[in-house]
Amino acid sequence: MTSSSEAITEIRTKRAEIKAQYKKFVGRKIIFILSSLVLIFIIAGVAATLGSFPISVIEVYSIIWHGIPEIFHNAGFIMSHGIKEFYQTYFTTEEIVIWGLRLPRIIMGILAGIGLAIAGTTMQGVVRNPLASPYTLGIASAASFGATLAIILGAGFITGKYIIIVNAFVFALLSSFIIYGLSRYKSATPETMILAGIALMYLFSAMTGILQYFGEAEAVKEVVFWMFGSLGRASWDKLSLMSIIIALCIPLIMLKSWDLNALGVGDERAKSLGVNVEQTRIVCFILASLVTAGIICFTGTIGFIGLVSPHMCRMVIGGDNRYLIPASGLFGAALLLGADTIARTIVAPVILPVGLITSFMGVPLFLYLIMRKRKEYW
Amino acid sequence: MVKLKVKDVEFSYASVPILKNVCIELAESEMLSVVGPNGAGKSTLLRCIDRILSPQKGCILLDERDIKKMSRVELAKKVGYIPQSTTSIFSATVFDVVLIGRRPHISWRSSEEDTEKVLEILQMLNIEEFAMRDINELSGGQQQKVFIACALSQEPDVLLLDEPTSNLDIRHQLEVMDIIKNIVIEKGIAAIMAIHDLNLAARYADRIIMMNSGKIFAAGNPASVLTPENIKHVYGVESEVMNKRGRLHIVPIRPVGKPLKHTA
Repeated sequence: MTSSSEAITEIRTKRAEIKAQYKKFVGRKIIFILSSLVLIFIIAGVAATLGSFPISVIEVYSIIWHGIPEIFHNAGFIMSHGIKEFYQTYFTTEEIVIWGLRLPRIIMGILAGIGLAIAGTTMQGVVRNPLASPYTLGIASAASFGATLAIILGAGFITGKYIIIVNAFVFALLSSFIIYGLSRYKSATPETMILAGIALMYLFSAMTGILQYFGEAEAVKEVVFWMFGSLGRASWDKLSLMSIIIALCIPLIMLKSWDLNALGVGDERAKSLGVNVEQTRIVCFILASLVTAGIICFTGTIGFIGLVSPHMCRMVIGGDNRYLIPASGLFGAALLLGADTIARTIVAPVILPVGLITSFMGVPLFLYLIMRKRKEYW
Repeated sequence: MVKLKVKDVEFSYASVPILKNVCIELAESEMLSVVGPNGAGKSTLLRCIDRILSPQKGCILLDERDIKKMSRVELAKKVGYIPQSTTSIFSATVFDVVLIGRRPHISWRSSEEDTEKVLEILQMLNIEEFAMRDINELSGGQQQKVFIACALSQEPDVLLLDEPTSNLDIRHQLEVMDIIKNIVIEKGIAAIMAIHDLNLAARYADRIIMMNSGKIFAAGNPASVLTPENIKHVYGVESEVMNKRGRLHIVPIRPVGKPLKHTA
């Protein structure tokens, strides 16, 4: 009698113990997400003080804080007269420097970081391969080809000042639709998608190469600059387009986190759990491609964030996509913003393209983490 | 009561027939072993029952309902399938892997009830102590228990297992089989298991189906199916079958006759 009741109490305490441990584990993930968020605010504040016009961190926050109601209050004026006129009428010089110059760049960094990191996390889950990123699947080289076409030949889907952006966007999506088509034809397995992606990457690189080979020196230089990736082309109208794409796609990706988790235990097992494996794979792939295309058409190809951020987060909080996706997005934003801050200051007044810094910073950090980690984390 | 009915099922991969006229009936709380040489169609049969593959002919009824008319999620609440080789999986705690099995029952957030279910199953399979460990750090035997736990947290009525004991040492083989047997008895779940080890099949199964080139060659209780004649005919192996204290022991002696052709 006593022994059986003792056994029951023992089972209860054991369960409570595991539950407490699990809660703690979840808590750690949430703390990581919140710290990344705080980190973004701090780096953003610091980044906004940097530049030739001196403004302190406190002033930066206060200008941003007071600017928001001001803008909302005069939304009608902005619509009718344009943002430039609004600045001149209502804002002081400091406010114009922050709102007109530095903030767009910072927000573009945050959005691009979130988008590229989440696209990377999604692609890795979709093809169940740690090496996947938005770029290994040919999307970046397709976008580069689109931009090159516009810069060197002036040929594109539209004319005017948005030709590079539209070309890059359309070609990026084109490559992912080719992969989608091929994998529909042959069934969407990770192998088909990766191999098709790599083949397309070579094809678009070669086509870009041909254009560069015959292009004018000036134009080729512009292409090279585009491909480095930079946040220098930020403006509010571009940001609004970018944020619409991100705001539409990322919640949809997050809704699929359970299914992505299920893909992780293998296709057959996932099917047995009621997941439509092929559909999940294709939908997530298209969403991640859309996000990537929507970012790199404005920034050029910023490498490495999509690879490095998910891995770093996976090492800290594990592979559960419900937490991994938001965590790697926010952490990616902090990383990209940090990299851009360094790019702006390291050889000031020259501003380096942020794409170079992400690789310079990311690679050693990444190698260090891989070497230090004893156990398999993928 | 008949839980699962497989009626005249035929399946072929690009005109190569794998299953021919397969009929099976399975009752609640019954453990059925499917044996047969490599390529006999054992795994294909399991995949058809979980609708991972769709048979070209015949139908599969679960509680008298055609599984083709069920949604994937509906089927997932009734049938749990544990494939033979589970892909090397991403880093995840044992708890989270078992929680994935709750997928058919939850939309996005996991509830307190799901947590309790996972804890209950971990305890039932005696793997609580690994709950917070990474699955990749566990041995093959422990991992297999985790995968069974994951399938059980689906709360299925029918459990399909493909070679649950391959890669396991003899102790883990017995432990895993005992676990499955207990679940079948205690929870009233019906289990179908494809298995190579005839001794394990004889020891644990209520009924055995012996398959050969996509057809059912023999079916019935272990003693009636696992005879030297049947084993010789299907596997091309001469063997001795002993009955010691009510338990069958199959001792293979030597291969006989011509090498087997599996596709007729």
